[in-house]
Amino acid sequence: MSTATPTVAETGGLASDSGASSSVPRKTPILLGVITVLLGAAVLLGSQDGDTTFRLATRADFVQLPNLVVPAEATALVAVVLMALVAAESTRRYVAGRRTPLWLISVYSVVAMFGFLSWAAAGGTVPVVGLLGGSLALAVPLVFGALGGVLGERVGVVNIAIDGQLLAGAFAAALVGSLAGSTWAGLLGAMAAGLLVALVLAVFAISYYVDQVIVGVVLNVLIIGITSFMFSQVLSENTEKLNSPPRFSTWDIPLLSDIPLIGPILFRQTPIVYLLYIAVAVVTYALYRTRWGLRLRAVGEHPKAADTVGIKVKATRYRTMLLAGAIAGLGGAFYTLVSVSQFNREMTGGAGYIALAAVIFGKWDPIRATLAALLFGFASNLQGVLSVLGSPVPSEFMLMLPYVVTIFAVAGLVGRSRPPAASGQPYKKG
Amino acid sequence: MTGPEEQSTTGEVDLEQAPEEETAPQGPSRFEQAMRDVVTGNALVAVLAVFLAVVVGSLMIMFTDDAVRDSASYVFARPQDFFSASWDAISGAYAALFRGSVYNTNADDFATGIRPLTESLKFAGPLIAAGLGVGLAFRAGMFNIGGRGQMLLAGAVSGYVAINAGLPGPLLLVAATVAGMVAGALWAGIAGLLKARTGAHEVIVTIMLNYVGFYLVFFALSRQSLLQTPGSVNPKSLPMPDNAVMPDLLGDRYNLHLGFVLSLVAVAFVWWLLNRSAMGYRFRAVGENPHAARTAGIDVGRTYVTVMLIAGALVGLAGTNQVLGTVPSGVTVDVDAGIGFDAITVALLGRSNPIGIFWAGLLFGGFKAGGFLMQASEGIPVDIVLVIQSLIVLFIAAPPLVRALFRLPSKEAA
Repeated sequence: MSTATPTVAETGGLASDSGASSSVPRKTPILLGVITVLLGAAVLLGSQDGDTTFRLATRADFVQLPNLVVPAEATALVAVVLMALVAAESTRRYVAGRRTPLWLISVYSVVAMFGFLSWAAAGGTVPVVGLLGGSLALAVPLVFGALGGVLGERVGVVNIAIDGQLLAGAFAAALVGSLAGSTWAGLLGAMAAGLLVALVLAVFAISYYVDQVIVGVVLNVLIIGITSFMFSQVLSENTEKLNSPPRFSTWDIPLLSDIPLIGPILFRQTPIVYLLYIAVAVVTYALYRTRWGLRLRAVGEHPKAADTVGIKVKATRYRTMLLAGAIAGLGGAFYTLVSVSQFNREMTGGAGYIALAAVIFGKWDPIRATLAALLFGFASNLQGVLSVLGSPVPSEFMLMLPYVVTIFAVAGLVGRSRPPAASGQPYKKG
Repeated sequence: MTGPEEQSTTGEVDLEQAPEEETAPQGPSRFEQAMRDVVTGNALVAVLAVFLAVVVGSLMIMFTDDAVRDSASYVFARPQDFFSASWDAISGAYAALFRGSVYNTNADDFATGIRPLTESLKFAGPLIAAGLGVGLAFRAGMFNIGGRGQMLLAGAVSGYVAINAGLPGPLLLVAATVAGMVAGALWAGIAGLLKARTGAHEVIVTIMLNYVGFYLVFFALSRQSLLQTPGSVNPKSLPMPDNAVMPDLLGDRYNLHLGFVLSLVAVAFVWWLLNRSAMGYRFRAVGENPHAARTAGIDVGRTYVTVMLIAGALVGLAGTNQVLGTVPSGVTVDVDAGIGFDAITVALLGRSNPIGIFWAGLLFGGFKAGGFLMQASEGIPVDIVLVIQSLIVLFIAAPPLVRALFRLPSKEAA
């Protein structure tokens, strides 16, 4: 988070808690308390025997970290006690009129997760590298989609069509990748497809003033229709030639990939993941530190003022939407060039909507939206890992988690979020 | 919970407040005015939008047809082959669409021939009900994308009641239907309540509730104690008991069931609610301008909650329609069959007006029924219907675009 701090401070009233600064939110201590009580009840009622092993290294590691073995029930109880202490501290701060600092919440989250895993995976082994690395991989399309969404909303266009852009990207990546026999060509195809969807969205939303949410929703249906139609009618008739793109292999970054624990998680990934690092960094820097970004945000916050000082509102919106579409399209390529090397109908499974949730949960900030997307990736990967281990929590509830968290987020439990002022409003000159 | 039935008492109070439909403006001559209304009116745009969408759909059918592609390779040598192949592909597709949705011209007698029309009506029923739910929320300025979740919850709850309540005779059908509508209402009501209390955007909340509802229903369907068929491992419930199934309207030969009539009743109810009741007046006032409505003394937050409750009940009716009428063989997670999202396009095409939604539902119901035959007999994937449907809505939503394409005068110019 440290990289995000100056940018958030700089934007001040743009995206962060402008409304909450006057009064300290009482939601934080309540939320911390509720989670503590829930985990405590789970640990006490569903008592678990045995030890939990956390495997910290993979076989290929340069430095072999030893496995961490802890007694399940006792560790979980200690975690609950620690969590209760943090919740008490948060309450004390609230009474004293101070906010709970972010680092305390982070510590709380890590302890809670550790305690929960110790309890849920009793008698089994938690592959930490696999859990976190897999989360990153699952989050890739979400992060790309969320970046596209953040850019769009920051310039004043709500992009519900992220899902359509991901799906179109996945389709184009499979088709172009197969035809050219190259993953990189597939990647370009995915960007072009995302851009095309964004262009349609932009024409309707910016030039014809159609309600942006309506265009977005309808575009998603349209893309599902077109890709499914083409899949049945064209791709599946010649799978060999049209729908078997090559796959990206993992690249180990020298030196960096040998760092214990972090290396295998962050630097033993496919090139798309490295593109993701670059994209997040570039978008964040450009949005907050360049003239381009300032103009973009001005158009999204107060188009009339921007127009008055000579910024071309519609042109800025068009350019930004196209860029955002290309970025979201890249995320779609992940489905066909990394995870499965074949396109399938509706294969994004509504990931674009989760990316949209990450945009809002991340308060329209690229770094925070990325973190939110990573959190969602973690939740779905955790579900997969736990179902292998046979956890006591029904998998359906784990799968539900990102969506419930988002509802809480938009309902303001995690802090009041305010979208860019002109987001969703078409701009008519004069 | 505020059910749709309860509001009838408040409706009588200030009928005068509900303004009448716009009266026709005084024009130069009646004929000229009529012509101008036709050219600038929304009805023509709707027709042209459907036309444009069908044209694009035809092009897609044409260019993916094998015979057309073969003949396209020598189009300059023998263009007539190309055109006749194209004509075959497109006319075959739309003829199949017609035979599947209106009248089967290959049938021996009228009773068999008219069967596709009753199928269209059957598919139209839930589309109309769910479309009303989305459209009503639109009128109050709420975008209800949660149709899928509301239908799933409604279907699961009405299925649960039908299997477990054990009531005699038609009482079971009534109880199961009402329970499903209540479930849909409550699920949608969450979004209304959160918007009213915290300002949470209903688009996000309803999208998220779709997923939460899906996993909830999936959870219930994989637990024997809740909905799963005893002794089975599939996520599916027992079939509905006979007295909980919506009776067929036209006898055993046709699948058209009571659900269609319930949807018609819903159309009438929503029309009355919007145009003749004080509550509907408040809905529209909030939808037009929430700030003005608040100034005028309307409790905007409460209006959001109420409209979502009624909208959810209407979408819930579509869910019960599926479980108790169209697919009574047992609740699955496919209850909504895409209707939750189709409802949005129905509401948009119907311009959120109950009568318009009725016609839009009929049209899309016909597409649905015909699409299946098109796939079966012509090998054209049923997804083309999705494409045409969404294109229609896109064009409808942008009247200036359609006017520009057909060089019609704009509203302002007239």
